[in-house]
Amino acid sequence: MSLTTAIRDRDVAELPGKRDEDWRWTDLRGLIRKLPPPSEPFTAEVGAGPFDALASDRRLIVNGRGADPIEIARGKTALVAARFVSRGAGVHVARLNIIVGPDARLTLLESYESDGASLSQAAITITLYPGARIERLVLAQDHAEAVSVSQAQVSLAARTHFAQTVVTSGARRQRLETRVQHPGAGAELRLDGVYLLADKRHSDQTTVVTHAGPDGVTVQLAKGVVRDQARGIFQGRIVVEEGADRTDARMGHHALVLSDRAEVDAKPELEIYADDVACAHGNTVGALDEDALFYARQRGMPEAEARALLTEAFIGEVVDRIGHEGAREVVRAWAAERRWD
Amino acid sequence: MLSVSNLHAAVDGKEILKGLSLDVPAGEVHAIMGPNGAGKSTLSYVLTGRDGYEVTQGSATLDGEDLLALAPDERGARGVFLSFQYPLEIPGVPALTFIRTALNAQRRARGEPEITAPEFLKLARTKAAELKIDFEMLKRALNVGFSGGEKKRMEILQMAMLSPRFLILDETDSGLDIDALRIVSDGVNALRSPDRAMLVITHYQRLLDYIKPDRVHVLAGGRIVASGGPELAHELEKNGYERYEEAA
Repeated sequence: MSLTTAIRDRDVAELPGKRDEDWRWTDLRGLIRKLPPPSEPFTAEVGAGPFDALASDRRLIVNGRGADPIEIARGKTALVAARFVSRGAGVHVARLNIIVGPDARLTLLESYESDGASLSQAAITITLYPGARIERLVLAQDHAEAVSVSQAQVSLAARTHFAQTVVTSGARRQRLETRVQHPGAGAELRLDGVYLLADKRHSDQTTVVTHAGPDGVTVQLAKGVVRDQARGIFQGRIVVEEGADRTDARMGHHALVLSDRAEVDAKPELEIYADDVACAHGNTVGALDEDALFYARQRGMPEAEARALLTEAFIGEVVDRIGHEGAREVVRAWAAERRWD
Repeated sequence: MLSVSNLHAAVDGKEILKGLSLDVPAGEVHAIMGPNGAGKSTLSYVLTGRDGYEVTQGSATLDGEDLLALAPDERGARGVFLSFQYPLEIPGVPALTFIRTALNAQRRARGEPEITAPEFLKLARTKAAELKIDFEMLKRALNVGFSGGEKKRMEILQMAMLSPRFLILDETDSGLDIDALRIVSDGVNALRSPDRAMLVITHYQRLLDYIKPDRVHVLAGGRIVASGGPELAHELEKNGYERYEEAA
């Protein structure tokens, strides 16, 4: 089952859903009854994007159109804002290719937004040449009725650095997926995520890392907060293939569930076929620490303020890891706008 | 100042305080001493309004106002401060942020203007220096990775900055070496004033050599079973709590 095929053939039977192990918590097949044709180009003004002030190279991809390749030549440094916008209730598919040349650097500030019950898919291919460095920040601000899927395929090379933070407030159904081919060879990968979900929103952060060669590093920290009837999903898989010795892989996922009807589903998986590796994972799902809450209230903070402070601090650990200062501030402001009391 | 009368309180349905009465007038320091399990920490949590500590009978007032009817943060804003026996770690919140948030919340509750950032930093620098706390430490997450002594010093720093009116020190000496004990005690003594009162809860007499109480009470079996001057602490140190436990 594949979303791409389903959209191409306008065949809902091809949509991924409950029966697909990898999609069982993000059931598109059970949700979508009919696949409309791709919508017309959207020519009106779309307003300002979240990273406009930070990037002079701004790529606007509206309703699947305008996804010109991004190529950074050997040794060059670039900062690009890639803004995916869905307007209306149609089907929008965008394909974006990104190539970062040897020893080149790219800061990619990627954002998603929608304004209604659209179905959008972004398929992104990112290729790094040896010594390249990328920091990728994804900020997904979708509409409550939107169905949104972003799938990135990342190929690392020797001595590359790829650092990613995916930040989202969810959608009706949302999947933010990253698959990384990791050759080892001194390459370092960071795959972080934050989700803050309210109402009936849903978000699925899925990552798959395949360590195919020795001497690779992967660190992952995902944190989420769900309230109301929201549902957060974290699926993190790290595969260490035979021969990928001296792989160092660490995964953490921690979630706060603030109401009885909210839900978090987590599936951290380490599959190790090499002998000499250092791998660890930790996963916790719980409520806000009542002792810490009392401590803050004793000091004079009203309950709502104390809860907001502690919840912001909870995800702050991930936000602090964002390397680009301006982008980090955008994410901080985004989190502060959401009161988690 | 603080007036507690016939206070009964239960935790998980089990009665811990069984008719405790206590008056601490403004300007005085009272010590509460007692064996383990006597209800010392329960008293501090009941006075500060922690969930799970159910008052079944009696009253507690601060300057005539019913404390028990107020939420924990309202009591904090009225000037009730508890120095915790085991201060909590607050990951992700720098100590400065935590204290400033608390201070401004208290000021708002009292209808006062918020403290400005420069004023706040000046205050923090001054108080940290007095307590021999490295200012850089205040930029770190509150109490995370701090030693027992550092956490206690951080409690006193918060106390000094929030400038409360009624102070409860719950086993503040535990985990402190002699040097740290002196610094902490100096910090506490600096807060002694005619319009403040303190309740010093301790198992050992040692702390009372540094923070000299006006009155000493023995808490056993959920009630005050004896009261006296500072000499009572020395007597307890010498003879232990046994005879009071029997009395309770």
